[in-house]
Amino acid sequence: MDDLIGEFIAETRDMLGALGGEIVAWEAEPHDRARLDAIFRFVHTVKGNCGFFDLPRLAALSHAAEDALAEVRSGKRNADLALVSGVLAIVDRIGELIEAMDASEDPPEDDDSRLIAALSTGSEIAAIVGDSAVRRRAPARSIRLSIELLDRMMNGVSDLVLARNELARRLRDASLPVETDEAFERVSASIAEVREAITRTRMQRVETLFAAIPRMVRDLGSATGKKVLLDIDGGDVELDREMIEMIRDPLTHIVRNAIDHGIEPAAARRRAGKSETGLLRVSARQAGNQILIEVADDGRGIDGDALVGRALAASLLTPDQAARLTPDRRLSLIFEPGLSTATKVTSLSGRGVGMDVVRANIERIGGLVDVDSTVGQGVRFTLRVPLTLTIIPGLTVEVGGQSFAIPRSAIEEIVRTRAAGVRVEIVAGAGVVTLRGERFPVVALAGVLGTESRIDVSEQLLVLLKTTGGGAYALAVDDVHDHEELVVKPASPAVMATGLYAGTTLDGDGRPVLLLDPAGLAAAAGVSLDRGELAAAADSECQADEQRPVLLFTTLAGARRAVSLPAVHRIDEVPPATIAASGGRFHITLDDRILPLAGCDRVPDRAKIPILRLTDGCDEIAYAVDEVIDTVMLGSGLVPPPQPGEIQGVALVDGEQVEVVDLFWIFAHHAAGAPAADRPLCLIPEADPWMDTFLRPLIESAGYRVVRGGEAAAELPSADLVVVDVETGAEPPSGAGQVLRLRATPEPRGARDDSIHRYDRAALLAVLGDAARAARKEA
Amino acid sequence: MAELLLIVTLAGEQVAVLASEVESVVEVEGLTPVPRAGGHVAGLTALRSRVLTVIDCMASLEPGGRIDNPRDAIVVVADGHPYALLVDRVEDVVEAEGEIAPVPASLASGWAGVATGYVPAEGRLFLLVDIHALIAGPTAEAA
Repeated sequence: MDDLIGEFIAETRDMLGALGGEIVAWEAEPHDRARLDAIFRFVHTVKGNCGFFDLPRLAALSHAAEDALAEVRSGKRNADLALVSGVLAIVDRIGELIEAMDASEDPPEDDDSRLIAALSTGSEIAAIVGDSAVRRRAPARSIRLSIELLDRMMNGVSDLVLARNELARRLRDASLPVETDEAFERVSASIAEVREAITRTRMQRVETLFAAIPRMVRDLGSATGKKVLLDIDGGDVELDREMIEMIRDPLTHIVRNAIDHGIEPAAARRRAGKSETGLLRVSARQAGNQILIEVADDGRGIDGDALVGRALAASLLTPDQAARLTPDRRLSLIFEPGLSTATKVTSLSGRGVGMDVVRANIERIGGLVDVDSTVGQGVRFTLRVPLTLTIIPGLTVEVGGQSFAIPRSAIEEIVRTRAAGVRVEIVAGAGVVTLRGERFPVVALAGVLGTESRIDVSEQLLVLLKTTGGGAYALAVDDVHDHEELVVKPASPAVMATGLYAGTTLDGDGRPVLLLDPAGLAAAAGVSLDRGELAAAADSECQADEQRPVLLFTTLAGARRAVSLPAVHRIDEVPPATIAASGGRFHITLDDRILPLAGCDRVPDRAKIPILRLTDGCDEIAYAVDEVIDTVMLGSGLVPPPQPGEIQGVALVDGEQVEVVDLFWIFAHHAAGAPAADRPLCLIPEADPWMDTFLRPLIESAGYRVVRGGEAAAELPSADLVVVDVETGAEPPSGAGQVLRLRATPEPRGARDDSIHRYDRAALLAVLGDAARAARKEA
Repeated sequence: MAELLLIVTLAGEQVAVLASEVESVVEVEGLTPVPRAGGHVAGLTALRSRVLTVIDCMASLEPGGRIDNPRDAIVVVADGHPYALLVDRVEDVVEAEGEIAPVPASLASGWAGVATGYVPAEGRLFLLVDIHALIAGPTAEAA
């Protein structure tokens, strides 16, 4: 709501600004019709907008002015001096009220009724107008920018990042004095900061996307005579503006479908034993680099059999294929062009925009749509979209000596053709891979691109790609390179015409790399995904629904353990320097964030430590391991451990005992942070608002307990770290532990200045980590 | 003010493009091929962290054509996308000395698809070539 009020204020202020000249001109020429119309439009718009908010004063003022001007327009009244000054007084008063609202000040004294009365009677009001012009206007705290300008800034920063990367490479090759490196580090850090800030300017709360839904649900509900209770959650999740615009139509379509086709009329709901009021839940949340938007209703659900019937009638499927579809594949038929479960076209839906369009729109922005439904109980659509359009995590693969990028969001897993448990067969000229009892079509990237693979087929790697609707296929490539953040740029029409690429990007050396479009590759290779006959034909002896995929690994202590695969967000390798101990707990610095680290009781003595990044959807925990072995399917037969702890139970894999990690315990234990008393203590100066609001969260996120100077004098000697602002000339108290000196200027004052610029996040984190390590050693 | 023309050599002909449409002249190095793209798309190249689509203008004139020594290119922006158009050689910038005259019907087939007219300069006539037609490739001929 605050956003809407803000919009209203900004819009009204803009209109007032534009109106300024008109008012003066109208005063000189009261009979000028064009000027009159402009002012009439303004008060009319203000009156209309007031209707949405509870703003009785603005509504009364604009209404009175509109009435008077309407009479002039219809010729009932003359635009005499009294009327003109009356209207102007009201326009000024509207301006004052708006400024007061924006500054959250008390509104000017309420003598509106005098203004209104003066206008309606045509009496002299010069006295009232007098003092209003004296009020100073509060300076505006926000400005409006065109998206185009923001895009240009974003492009500029993306280019900066690329240029920095290239410079970093050259600096590595040339052996330069360490000062050069330090200067470069500073440049690098401020580029990262600017990039983050500019990315944020493009972010908007999902709320703006959700704002239109309540009204739509109400209108649709009354049009269809259905009672719908709307539950919206997660409006404060932020998403790139452009993404919000791209999602708007698909989301509207899904909500409309849910009410029109999903939720039953009250009588039918009663018969089905449900509450008469249907429930529609719309929620957004962030998971890693993706935003998940869910729309769930408790209506009649999607009838998979009916969909299959329609697909058969439309000759999209053969009866043979239809018979072998899994329930999931049946549901994903809803994304096929020309299929709709509605038996009749209604005024609300069925306007020729189907779920196939929804899918196409979401896929175009690098997202995925999933559907899940139980007949009689409702439908849940999940939209997964990347955070921004311009920078996405990706993987580079190589075929025939050329590199290509693949969006990370599409990749399920990567397997070696010759690995155990992977079987590749050629069936009627087409490759098929069997993986844990499931079969996937194999697409040779070299074949699709018309290039030559440089290695033997048996040496190739298979990248398992997932497309919307659950269809998956394995892409055979020569090699897989690093995960990278890719700055994606649109490709020219001549390149897009191939249908194989989603854009272009630049690799680490500044060379162009094509970004592959997984759905386009599948289409070009003639792989049918949504019908999924191959996957559906998976061996029936493999009871996939009773099994779950787990990741098998050895712990640093040498034990074989398994962790549920869906919880593993990604696997990284980190140097030991990123690990710090504080208060009996270990933390790790990853991508500028500090995560709790499980799985180790001391910092391992080796160059690289593999880290499993586990997520429960909101928190993230790192788990240090010795080696990642494989992914396997695990049955339900677990031997429970004697007492609750890190281990949920013991299972048998290939005849060996494997401990299965209890994710619930791990997250309950680690994610909540260490108990207060165990954390190292950090002392910050008293009465320093910057320290309190800016620095304190950073220190706390590094695992510290923070106290202000004045409130805990007794704890002073035990402080592990004392923060001092060099600008105030303050000196750390004697007997303090490590001291962190902060200066306000980016540049040090002379060679012996050991202070840190207060916005140098990397340096701050380093000191925080060191002090925490030192505190741990003493303990 | 007279229109400025950029004279380039293409398929042995000296032809003109409007200098106002040309952003810069570059030497292309390090092409990234675009598999399955039209024959006139020579690949991609990076210019100050921008990705340019490189068009082989010989292939735009006739399918299968190739610039012998792909090096000189003119950078243009069409529909918001930057392109590098490979030509045999970039010659000079000259001033047009009159109005553009329509193309006679008897133009050789390859040129017919890309030429917009004749323009007088330097005391002779140059064929004026449309960069958009070069970018669209040989398929534009049929249209």
